[in-house]
Amino acid sequence: MTDTVDKAPAPSVPPEQIKAIPVRHYGRWVAGAAVIAIVVLIVIAFSNANINYDIIPDYVTDATILSGAWHTLYISVLAMLLGLVLGVILAVMRMSSNPVTSTVAWFYVWFFRGTPVLVQLLLWYNLSLVFPVLNLGFYKDEMNQVMTPFLAALLGLGLNEAAYMSEIVRAGIQSVDVGQTEASHALGMTQGKTLRRVILPQAMRVIVPPTGNEFINMLKTSSLAYAVQFNELIKRAQDVSSTSLAVVEMYFVASIWYLLLTSVFSVGQYYLERRYARGSTHSLPPTPLQRLRKNLRAFTSFRRPEVTR
Amino acid sequence: MTDIVKDMAKSAGGHPMVRAEGVHKSFGLAHILKGIDLEVNPREVFCLIGPSGSGKSTFLRCINHLEKISAGRLWVDGELVGYRQKGDKLYELKEKEVAAQRRDIGMVFQRFNLFPHMTALENVMEAPVQVKRESKAVARERAQRLLDRVGLGDRTGHYPAQLSGGQQQRVAIARALAMEPKLMLFDEPTSALDPELVGEVLDVMRDLAESGMTMIVVTHEMGFAREVGDSLVFMDGGVVVEAGHPREVLTNPQHERTKSFLSKVL
Repeated sequence: MTDTVDKAPAPSVPPEQIKAIPVRHYGRWVAGAAVIAIVVLIVIAFSNANINYDIIPDYVTDATILSGAWHTLYISVLAMLLGLVLGVILAVMRMSSNPVTSTVAWFYVWFFRGTPVLVQLLLWYNLSLVFPVLNLGFYKDEMNQVMTPFLAALLGLGLNEAAYMSEIVRAGIQSVDVGQTEASHALGMTQGKTLRRVILPQAMRVIVPPTGNEFINMLKTSSLAYAVQFNELIKRAQDVSSTSLAVVEMYFVASIWYLLLTSVFSVGQYYLERRYARGSTHSLPPTPLQRLRKNLRAFTSFRRPEVTR
Repeated sequence: MTDIVKDMAKSAGGHPMVRAEGVHKSFGLAHILKGIDLEVNPREVFCLIGPSGSGKSTFLRCINHLEKISAGRLWVDGELVGYRQKGDKLYELKEKEVAAQRRDIGMVFQRFNLFPHMTALENVMEAPVQVKRESKAVARERAQRLLDRVGLGDRTGHYPAQLSGGQQQRVAIARALAMEPKLMLFDEPTSALDPELVGEVLDVMRDLAESGMTMIVVTHEMGFAREVGDSLVFMDGGVVVEAGHPREVLTNPQHERTKSFLSKVL
């Protein structure tokens, strides 16, 4: 900002930069020392435990474990996609002025959110108890043949996710100013066009963060699919441990993969959020790297006084 | 605008651009409009003034069916707004038919309501491409021309958040004009602006009036109403209290209510 208190412009002499001694943050050093002490204690405790750590690295890239990680990844992605698409449809139905569709959506969310996902998985897997034969007119087969572990896992996880996603999408849609709808309608856009072109792109800013959360949850919730014989990570880890007899160690191996997958998708989510921040702020939020650098600077500011604007 | 031009326009089209007959509007128990009768002629700048809550914005929103009227009749360019009459029965129009009616009516809002995820140029292009199925090249060319016209030809790539209030409102006017409307509605277009930015928006509106656009303007800018307006209506409590030529109504109000309102705002 320019200073206009005095008439004289006087730009020739730059103002003297303030060189004050910064506030000492002793608390940071105390807290840092405490954290290090606790971490050391935990590491010592775990290293003395009766766990055979040496075999863990060998099994991280074991073929059975790898195939489990792959199954976990793709069932999570597919179930999430199903949940997302169905969730948008349910959200729109819920907000519809048609009382039938909004009631149907309400009951869907009520039921699928209100019952354990494990029960839903088992119900899909045992659907032949209700419908022994699947007859679609053009296609007819034994339900037991149709309902593979994959299909049961996909339907169980995906339809459950849709209930949660519909609430997230609804919150996103409702977060968009009603003036946006009015402006679109005044321009002659229909309800559907308004939703696609104007409302949903803006709702994404609200939808993406909790959806990333949901996906990371899904990566781990997919472990419940072991109950329907789907070969995901936990089931594969158990398969391996039944021969290697290293039970806890295999859960550690699985956890390493879960951590790896969730880390990768956390980064992806961050960049997706930046994509949908377009036009909403003057400058985009910093990337994780930029933030890390800034935090490091803030921490070291104890020694090196930093002059901010 | 001269009366001769108005008469010519009237005799050419044969009917007013907007005609309201006994228009009522209620929100639940709140009776906002209590029988509005008025006519807006083609090429006319029609100003609506009145205290807040008098129903002037509500009436404006009825004209493009953002609000459904509860009683009476409302025509735009000879066409009933939001309904179809067959014999003595009224049928509600389908969503697509309402949207088609709105295409020809531009609207500018108090709070701009630009699409924040689109640049100024994309805002202006959106409706012609999506509603009229115009090619992007044609729409872009017109959008550029319209932004030039409102003095923002060098701001086409800016997002609304990067523009001042006055600039945003000018983009909003360009966006409405992109649909080549036969009628423009302005809902307090300068009320959300810093005082120093009001002028640039009024200049664009004045320019638009001179080009012969039919405009209905809800405003608190009495100077604009006096200089640019052809007709002026003072509303209060959901009824038209006084109507006439802006200069007459503003300088020589007949009704007590008009006098007391004008004494506060002038």
